[in-house]
Amino acid sequence: MNQHRTVPPIATLLVALAFAPDALAHLQRSDAAGFLSGFLHPISGFDHVLAMVAVGLWGAQLGAPALWVLPVAFPLVMAIGGFLGFVGVHLPGVEIGIAASAVLLGAAVLFAWRPPLATAALLVGALAIFHGHAHSTELPNGEDALLYSMGFVIATGCLHALGIAIGTVRRWRWGNGLLRALGLGIAAGGAFCMWQAVA
Amino acid sequence: MKNAGRWMMIVAVAPSVAEAHLTSSGLGPFYDGLLHLMTSPEDLAAAIALALLCGLRGADHGRRAFFVVPLAWLLGSFVGLVALTPQGNDIVSASWLLLLGALIAFDAKLPLAATTALGALLGLMHGYSNGSGMKLTLAVVLALIGLATAVATMTALPAAVGVRFGGGSTRIALRVAGSWIAASGLLLLGWSIRSP
Repeated sequence: MNQHRTVPPIATLLVALAFAPDALAHLQRSDAAGFLSGFLHPISGFDHVLAMVAVGLWGAQLGAPALWVLPVAFPLVMAIGGFLGFVGVHLPGVEIGIAASAVLLGAAVLFAWRPPLATAALLVGALAIFHGHAHSTELPNGEDALLYSMGFVIATGCLHALGIAIGTVRRWRWGNGLLRALGLGIAAGGAFCMWQAVA
Repeated sequence: MKNAGRWMMIVAVAPSVAEAHLTSSGLGPFYDGLLHLMTSPEDLAAAIALALLCGLRGADHGRRAFFVVPLAWLLGSFVGLVALTPQGNDIVSASWLLLLGALIAFDAKLPLAATTALGALLGLMHGYSNGSGMKLTLAVVLALIGLATAVATMTALPAAVGVRFGGGSTRIALRVAGSWIAASGLLLLGWSIRSP
């Protein structure tokens, strides 16, 4: 009588899976999704939008060179905040800091505050750290790192540009009043976010 | 028959190492190489950043980069063929983006020798990474030539923009773009350190 002992198919499958080598092929499918995911991240947060538009509005109110120094300082320092988040440096009160950035920047636009350029850049930079830290800690796994990063840096820049574009209303007599009203709205929105963050 | 089914299952679930490094364009290896740059954001962003930096410095820098970067890239990719496994490194790519973006944002007044050296080093390092893990065949040689052609094009165009429109408000816009490149590089660096 032929008594072969056969290996169960499930065991064969498990052995084959256990020794499967890496497939090193590039994965191209998720690249666009990674960019879009990063691009939508700042736009989908009310508190982020308020603060980033306020940077553009304030820059437009202050005029050159703050007009472009502030939108350069914000993404650069935001990236430092993101770097700190990635490497595991804990930053307390991130949500409160983000809400405070909307309140302070809105107030700066409301009162048409004109500090020296270095002070304005330092303030914007200090507040940007909270935004960058939040982005990095809320990052979804499996995205293309560079495209995700580019997406949210570009979205941030676009929000600044939106603020600058709105700020062009200064050329009309009623424009300054409108800007200050927008500053009030941003500060109020920031206060609402602050209330939500604390509650 | 039973054994044949068993072997088919083993073959199906045990993939061999897929060293595919090029996206297939369907038009042959030369165009696969061209397409590779367009589908590799780390390479493309670095080439554009260097070209913008050279464009902002003037026509001499742009012309030099147009020749040096693609040739160094091609040389690096052929040297990379000796490496048996892919040698890509996100920390290196991130550092390049951070450096070049910062130089653009601060409008660094670099001499011609410095931009030439940067271009040569960038081409050699990224080319080496692109060539690594491939085997020397005619198709790969054509693909690497296609890749160098794409690098030449993507060096020439941004450099030309920098030279032609690199004054006034456009210069500021390009410097802002540089700050975005630096910010993206810094974030990629943090990401790479987090997940080595």
